[in-house]
Amino acid sequence: MPMNIPLWAQLINLLAAVLLLLAFAMLAQRRVLTLINLFAAQGFALACSTAIVAFATHQPHLYWSVGLTLVLKVLVLPWLLHRLIVRLDVKWDVEGLINIPTTMLLGIVLVVFAFNLALPISQLANTVTRATLGIAMASVMLAFLMMITRRKAIPQVIGFLAMENGLFFAATSATYGMPMVVELGIGLDVLVAMLILGVFFFQIREQFDSLDLQHLEKLKE
Amino acid sequence: MSATGFLSQLLQLAIALLLAPILVGWVNQCRAWLSNRSAPPLLQPYRMIRKLFNKDAVVAENASWLFRMTPYIVFAAMALAAAIVPSLATDLPFAQAADAIALVGLFALARVFAALAAMDIGTAFGSMGARREMFVGFLAEPALLMVLFTASLISGSTSLPTIVDTLAHREFAIYPSLAFAGVAFTMVSLAENARIPIDNPATHLELTMIHEAMLLEYSARHLALLEWASALKLFNYSCIGLALFVPFGIAEGSADWLAILGATPLLIVKLAGGGFALALIETLSAKLRIFRAPEFLGTAFLLAVLGMLVNLMLGS
Repeated sequence: MPMNIPLWAQLINLLAAVLLLLAFAMLAQRRVLTLINLFAAQGFALACSTAIVAFATHQPHLYWSVGLTLVLKVLVLPWLLHRLIVRLDVKWDVEGLINIPTTMLLGIVLVVFAFNLALPISQLANTVTRATLGIAMASVMLAFLMMITRRKAIPQVIGFLAMENGLFFAATSATYGMPMVVELGIGLDVLVAMLILGVFFFQIREQFDSLDLQHLEKLKE
Repeated sequence: MSATGFLSQLLQLAIALLLAPILVGWVNQCRAWLSNRSAPPLLQPYRMIRKLFNKDAVVAENASWLFRMTPYIVFAAMALAAAIVPSLATDLPFAQAADAIALVGLFALARVFAALAAMDIGTAFGSMGARREMFVGFLAEPALLMVLFTASLISGSTSLPTIVDTLAHREFAIYPSLAFAGVAFTMVSLAENARIPIDNPATHLELTMIHEAMLLEYSARHLALLEWASALKLFNYSCIGLALFVPFGIAEGSADWLAILGATPLLIVKLAGGGFALALIETLSAKLRIFRAPEFLGTAFLLAVLGMLVNLMLGS
């Protein structure tokens, strides 16, 4: 019950809810531009929760992770994506394989599944914020769903990045952080992946005149 | 039932009836400012209502008693709802009689009568508006219920005064599930009050209007009552929102007169803030096609369900 857990843990619960809310908003979003802004907002919520964990559990090395999240996920990656969509001229079109209401219903089913899955796991943990593990898993799965149901390349990449947000949240908030090296590694991985995928986008468009990944399924013309 | 409770009930009802048109005027004023137009005066809705009350009513030849009774029924339902929603104090004799579910039923009653009356005359616009109103209503109602259930899960009761008492007067705690419920409630109240993503309150264009299409055949005192009732509906929804999400300042059960009087200016400040937020949302968003309404309200419903799930998960 909320009465007997400290204020900072309550704040983290709230931020977990915000993270899930943003994951759902991304799932429901039709426009690429708004999708990127939502991704940046999710990064910001993540940075806030990490900062709270760092402050409450006195782990100064987590502040590095906060800085990394802020710089990478709130500033650099959204900026790169903004530049990409301007240069590729794909501001408006997000097409799903299945329509949005069905996707949302699937999302709810996934959330129930994730909560059920996380319940026994989180009972093994002894941290105060262990309940957020289910929410983190749910947002990973929602991002996964977004990657599966979107047809175009850029929303799929944003789904990939959002999935990483969920994983990171699980690592910092539910278990109070990973070793510094792992965090640095993941952060740089995402950046490099983004850069490479950016190059891929141009190649795909050069080849097929569109970013629809269904063209990749055919082997020959 | 105490004398203080009875008096605070009367005071709350009077304030709701008086403030509701001013709230609509304030929202219109904010909308005008935000779109760089010169704003109508704050009391414009009052002038409108006074003007309409002074006119002679014209009723269609084939109108039945349903058409004539509906304005009174709708107005009474909204006034009763204003008495049930705790906006100033939680010690309300009326609120004992009806909980949150009955409140939703009261809104449904008003909606059904308005739709029936619109179809009573048999004009094309009336029935079109009625159909659309029911369409939006049947999607919005479950979402509203889910929002109220999320709050009920926290406080363990569906009675609104108990919910307010739990949220405002116990030890301070953050409820993450209310974040979901808040977003869902905002979406539902936009749809229910015929606001911009779903309907445009300022339009009289045939193909887009929903709420206004139902009122087309009404004139004079009937129209005045219906306008006042829709202002009251906006006021009620604002007060439900304030009671669920910013309940601080509402006078507690056995409060004295001073607390209730102190709650009044706070309510006005909160309503002004809420009204400005509403105007901001309306200015920033574009009207959806009518067939996008299921998606909009479906999202609201799913968010409210998600709020309940998060509540069960986090236990708060």
